[in-house]
Amino acid sequence: MKQTASVLMTYAADVSGVCSALYELGGMTIMHDASGCNSTYNTHDEPRWYHTPSMVYISALSELEAVLGDDGKLIRDIEDAARELHPRFIAIAGTPIPMMMGTDFSGIARLIERETGIPTFGFATNGMHDYGVGAGMALEAVAGRFCDPSVQPESGLSVNLLGVTPLDFSVTGNVEALRNVFESAGIPVKSCWAMGSSFDELMCAGKARVNVAVSACGLPLAKRLKKIYGTPYVAGLPIGKSGAAALIAAIEKADASGEDQFPMRAVSGAKDGKIVIAGEAVQAGSLRYALDRELGLSDIRVVCPMEAEEELFLPGDQRMGEEDDVFAVFREAETVVGDPLFGRAIRGGAARLIRLPHEGFSGRIYRKEIPVLMGDQGTKWIQKEFNR
Amino acid sequence: MIDLRKPMEDLSLPIREAAFPAPFPGGLEYAAPARGPWNIVHIGMLIPESHQIFVCAQGCLRGVVLTAAEMGAEDRFSTIDVRENNVLDGDMEDLIIDGVTDILAKLPYRPRALLIFTSCIHHFIGCDLPFVYEKLRERFPDIDFTDCYMNPIMRKTKVTPDAKMRQQLYSLLHPREMRADCVTIIGNNEATQKDSELMTMLAAGGYTVREITGCHTYDEYQALAESQTCLSYNPAAVLAGQTLEERLSQKHLHLPLSYEPEEIRENLQRLAAELSLPLPDFAALEREAEAALARAGEAAGDMPVAIDYTATSRPLGLAKLLIQHGFRVERVYVDAMTPGDRPAFDWLKENAGGLRLYPTVHAGMGMLPHAAEEEFLAIGQKAAYFTGTRHFVNLLEGGGHYGFAGIRALAEEIAAAAREEKDTEGIISVKGWGCCG
Repeated sequence: MKQTASVLMTYAADVSGVCSALYELGGMTIMHDASGCNSTYNTHDEPRWYHTPSMVYISALSELEAVLGDDGKLIRDIEDAARELHPRFIAIAGTPIPMMMGTDFSGIARLIERETGIPTFGFATNGMHDYGVGAGMALEAVAGRFCDPSVQPESGLSVNLLGVTPLDFSVTGNVEALRNVFESAGIPVKSCWAMGSSFDELMCAGKARVNVAVSACGLPLAKRLKKIYGTPYVAGLPIGKSGAAALIAAIEKADASGEDQFPMRAVSGAKDGKIVIAGEAVQAGSLRYALDRELGLSDIRVVCPMEAEEELFLPGDQRMGEEDDVFAVFREAETVVGDPLFGRAIRGGAARLIRLPHEGFSGRIYRKEIPVLMGDQGTKWIQKEFNR
Repeated sequence: MIDLRKPMEDLSLPIREAAFPAPFPGGLEYAAPARGPWNIVHIGMLIPESHQIFVCAQGCLRGVVLTAAEMGAEDRFSTIDVRENNVLDGDMEDLIIDGVTDILAKLPYRPRALLIFTSCIHHFIGCDLPFVYEKLRERFPDIDFTDCYMNPIMRKTKVTPDAKMRQQLYSLLHPREMRADCVTIIGNNEATQKDSELMTMLAAGGYTVREITGCHTYDEYQALAESQTCLSYNPAAVLAGQTLEERLSQKHLHLPLSYEPEEIRENLQRLAAELSLPLPDFAALEREAEAALARAGEAAGDMPVAIDYTATSRPLGLAKLLIQHGFRVERVYVDAMTPGDRPAFDWLKENAGGLRLYPTVHAGMGMLPHAAEEEFLAIGQKAAYFTGTRHFVNLLEGGGHYGFAGIRALAEEIAAAAREEKDTEGIISVKGWGCCG
């Protein structure tokens, strides 16, 4: 049956994606929720919570406010907190009950902005979509609001990295390794949206000549920056030596041609799907590319239980979130690459699981096992895991 | 227009200026990364051979799914994902009935009991839950079903989720023949201290004492129903006790956890009177507790002490006890006080008016530095986090301590915490501390 999970199948939700994407930008993000979303977010979705303060809160929505449709308390509470905390901007993100109440997030945002003078966003998330949706809309909105359209691209090839959150990259070295792949190739990283870059760096994204969408949530931002600056984008991750080389070549091509590039699609799709890579679309597609180029493996099917743009997939890939469908694909596979929580889905079957933990899925449980996949380190991981 | 140059004000206030029971105004809420307190998943898992199904939106499922996964209980946990179309189409009853049926068909084992957790959405759309449970009971007569709730939107207006969960935890008990020589202690996540007066008095009276924490099978759980008396000392268990009294005709005695010698004596005298037990030598027990407190005071020296509300249901009562015994209690972290703490609140206002109360959920708490100028001795995980100390007592909900023996045991833990450092981050990051045994 659709919508049931007898084993565990839950990705971080859209509202967490908003919080995660905006975490380091100096804003104040409010989950409009009774309770629960905050502890879920800061326990399972946000590894920075213990040591890096950020203004992420819940509104503590009560039954009475919901029944009466009372937005006044939310507005007052946000304004009171803003008076104490001085955020650069305010973002309000919805959860299931505000969706049912028909909360007008855009209207509330406009009102708060008018009364406080602080730029305010309203995101009509509802906790029923995955984090990529929320992170994508948040990053795109921030760029659309704050990026200075008068900034010009600088001479010499440079990039922005788009769609970087701990939900896809964790805090185990992949962000640093990602930057290093480009910088060691002589391509400066102008900004990283949104881990490790200052707000000012982000707002000068127009200086880069090419944008790199390193996750599905980076694509809406890439498209927005293209509208603002005309910057072409490339979708992919530099997994393994081959992936790094292909991505850099695609970046050079995008810079020269002004056309967007999807280098990780340059492999054949799945026929029977003897190898299945389950996870985030850009990472899974990029890992497939590296397996194809470095080990000559083919017939690899990407299974993405999250929402993502069609252009990230190949024929034969499966975009699905239903447990039954995922199980059926896993049953046909000889090898499944994916989060350890998928282990229960293949238990008793013939498939071998190659563990690739994903923070947006299993949270912090397997964080210590998350490998660094970028560049040479990705090649080493592939050789170790696939040549056993 | 907001003045962006205004500094953040000190968020605490001296108790002499505090209002009871809510000393701080409401507003946006912060959540400290102290994860030890149990949630509804942890508590529900106390029923052996049971399975949990949560029916919620993805965002609400995530926290409970990973709670189960982190405690290694994923085999006992399933979900039904509520989506926009279910809200719009009004097919929620079918979704639950068909979803539960599907999950039971797929499970590799047959649970004895099923805890179905519905959420705020079901409350608001008027989902016909009685119909749902009626159908499920018809369809699966060999399984006990109970209705549980994850509806935090009700937390400030009706029964708290904590109290409701503890009520439902015992709702699966079947009426059975009662035994006068059995007592069930309800409402605790941690077993009651074996050498507490509560346990020693009952043992001396020949009573068999049962707690859900000691149940390893569903049959052992069902045996909790054969006690003629059920005891509670956690305020969150009062509703559960009242319900058992109505439903199973068990006599419910609420003998609240206390740090006040007079109240402890009264509680134990009431217990003795109700169950015809001999009274212990209170004076000797109190002397032992006093001696332990003196030793803890020596160990703590001049260290400032901070207490939080997750450590005990009576954080102000504990503060009073420690102040009376010479401890330098400087902070209590509490957002709302319980009625049982009112006498201590009044005493502290009068006798220790400088004691500062701090909120834990105020929006500013996340932005304050989590370190103090002096090394604190903290009692409770939140107090440990906010003060940034490594000297803390990892106490949750009183830790199973009770009576004078409970004070003695707690004093020993305080002394140990003063002497030894703990890995605060490592400990308080564990969700549902102790739930895995």
